[in-house]
Amino acid sequence: MKLKTIALNNLRRRKAKVFFLITGLMIGVSAVVALMTTTRILAEDIAHKMDEFGANIIITPKSEGLSLTYGGLNLGGFSFDVKEIHQDELAKIKTIENAANVRIVSPKVFNVLETSSQKALVVGVDFNSELALKKWWKISGKAPETDSQILVGHDVAARFNLKTDSVMDIKDHSFSVSGVLDPTGSQDDSLVFMKLPLAQKLFGKEGQVGMVEIAALCKNCPITELVAQLSKALPTAKVTAVQQVVEGRMDTLHNFQNFSLGVSGLILFVGGMVVFVTMMSSVTERTREIGIFSAIGFRSSHIMKIILLEALIVSLCAGVLGYITGIGVTWGLLSFLSEHRPHMSLDPYVAVGSVVLAIFLGLLASFYPARAAAAMDPNEALRTL
Amino acid sequence: MSYIKAIQVGKDFGDGDAKVTAVRNIDLSVEQGSFISIMGESGSGKSTLLAMLGGLLSPSRGQILMEGIDIYTLNRTKLADFRREFMGFIFQSFQLVPYLNVLENVQLPLAVTHYQEQDQKRLALSALEKVGLENKAHRLPNQISGGEQERVAIARAVVNEPPILFADEPTGNLDSRNSTEVMKLLTRLNAEGQTIVMVTHSRKNAEYGQRIVEVADGRLAEPPAPAIKAAS
Repeated sequence: MKLKTIALNNLRRRKAKVFFLITGLMIGVSAVVALMTTTRILAEDIAHKMDEFGANIIITPKSEGLSLTYGGLNLGGFSFDVKEIHQDELAKIKTIENAANVRIVSPKVFNVLETSSQKALVVGVDFNSELALKKWWKISGKAPETDSQILVGHDVAARFNLKTDSVMDIKDHSFSVSGVLDPTGSQDDSLVFMKLPLAQKLFGKEGQVGMVEIAALCKNCPITELVAQLSKALPTAKVTAVQQVVEGRMDTLHNFQNFSLGVSGLILFVGGMVVFVTMMSSVTERTREIGIFSAIGFRSSHIMKIILLEALIVSLCAGVLGYITGIGVTWGLLSFLSEHRPHMSLDPYVAVGSVVLAIFLGLLASFYPARAAAAMDPNEALRTL
Repeated sequence: MSYIKAIQVGKDFGDGDAKVTAVRNIDLSVEQGSFISIMGESGSGKSTLLAMLGGLLSPSRGQILMEGIDIYTLNRTKLADFRREFMGFIFQSFQLVPYLNVLENVQLPLAVTHYQEQDQKRLALSALEKVGLENKAHRLPNQISGGEQERVAIARAVVNEPPILFADEPTGNLDSRNSTEVMKLLTRLNAEGQTIVMVTHSRKNAEYGQRIVEVADGRLAEPPAPAIKAAS
């Protein structure tokens, strides 16, 4: 007979207590697994959505000259006198190492529209990528479908007294307003949007773009690396990360993680206390037994080993069951927390971590009770016989 | 030659006004192969004396020498090893571990020795044969009678063949017939060379020993009585 036989037989005898111990620890572990996994999946989902939400990299021509802002963000040097970026060069974006992270590339060309009494900035865009980039746009009417249609910002519509189906003349061409943007609070309210090839032709900038907005998925890649790769691919352009957006996204993720860590710590503390109290009461109940072990020559280390072995077995079961339950709970939670169920990826580190955590917690919480049992005076124990 | 020698051994419990002296400076020698019965009323200090002789309770004063070694100079671990190798214990109320079967209970003292599983079983079965319970090896303690449980406790105490056996009221929970059987078993073990120190409050059981030591109010009631022939 080995010490493990004693530990296993004792666990078999105390089924109710073992069930309570495993359940208590399992709830703690499953809550942590569910919380961490849910938070991670939601954070990934949110990061993914945020990455889709607006540009986080801007490409402008390298130049010194007029300062221009767009959407409240400094775009660096931008001047009409500067040689524009060749549209053909944009194909190089797809050749960079992290090309898979580049989700949307939206090239633009700018020009100023002047009438006798008003001025406005006309932007040539690729409407497919522009609409994908600016998911917050709400259009009264619809996006342009033909070369003779334009989209106008809310302020431009007010200043030029335009509405859907109104006609606006630009460079001797008549354009029909297919839609008016609802107020966005950005510079888009003051812009006139038309199709990129037409704008390039109209303003004599064929094959050229004045700026490129890029939406990159950056959760798993450092944006600075993307910027460096793009700069290398486009040596004549200036590539800038929109730091506010990047930092904002990272802050959101960190807040999620901090919240999850805080709650996990609390749950683990409660789980540890459950194990501690149960193991202490178990040791008290077993005073007689421990007295016998001690009297017949078990060392303190043998008694500790028996109790810690029991804690190890219980914790191992609780860790495995806790992980499985936690993943199940996550699966259920995601249905409630997200309209579309995000992709549920399993992290092997969480699986191993939850078992290791349960064992660590179980042993830690059992250490004092085990020491108390080992330190028990055999005669004191025998006096309870 | 004395196998165990108690020299001016005393034990106090508590401090100050609450101090109670359970054993008052007792001298006692136990010869190898002897069977000593320590007799006394409840609270006389006989069980405290047995606990001190058995290395379970450190005396407040005096020494317990075993083969010349003052056992209370040993540290906790060495004292545990000493108890395992040199002493066997039989407790009142059997004190078997309820979730281990009869064979496992008897194997218990061997669980922390160098013996392999097979040797442990062989020795445990041999000890069970000595007490006539080899056919109940796989029963749980609650599936056998009180008398059988006491015999299992005796088998556990002798399984590793300790030089000395301490028995604290071994028949305390048994009826007359089972008491007689247990006492005959102890007598037989003694006849085979086992040194036994037994605590009892029963004169009848005490007379199974070769020598009776009476304890009253923590003292030896009178000089050691002359040896009494073991009852068969």
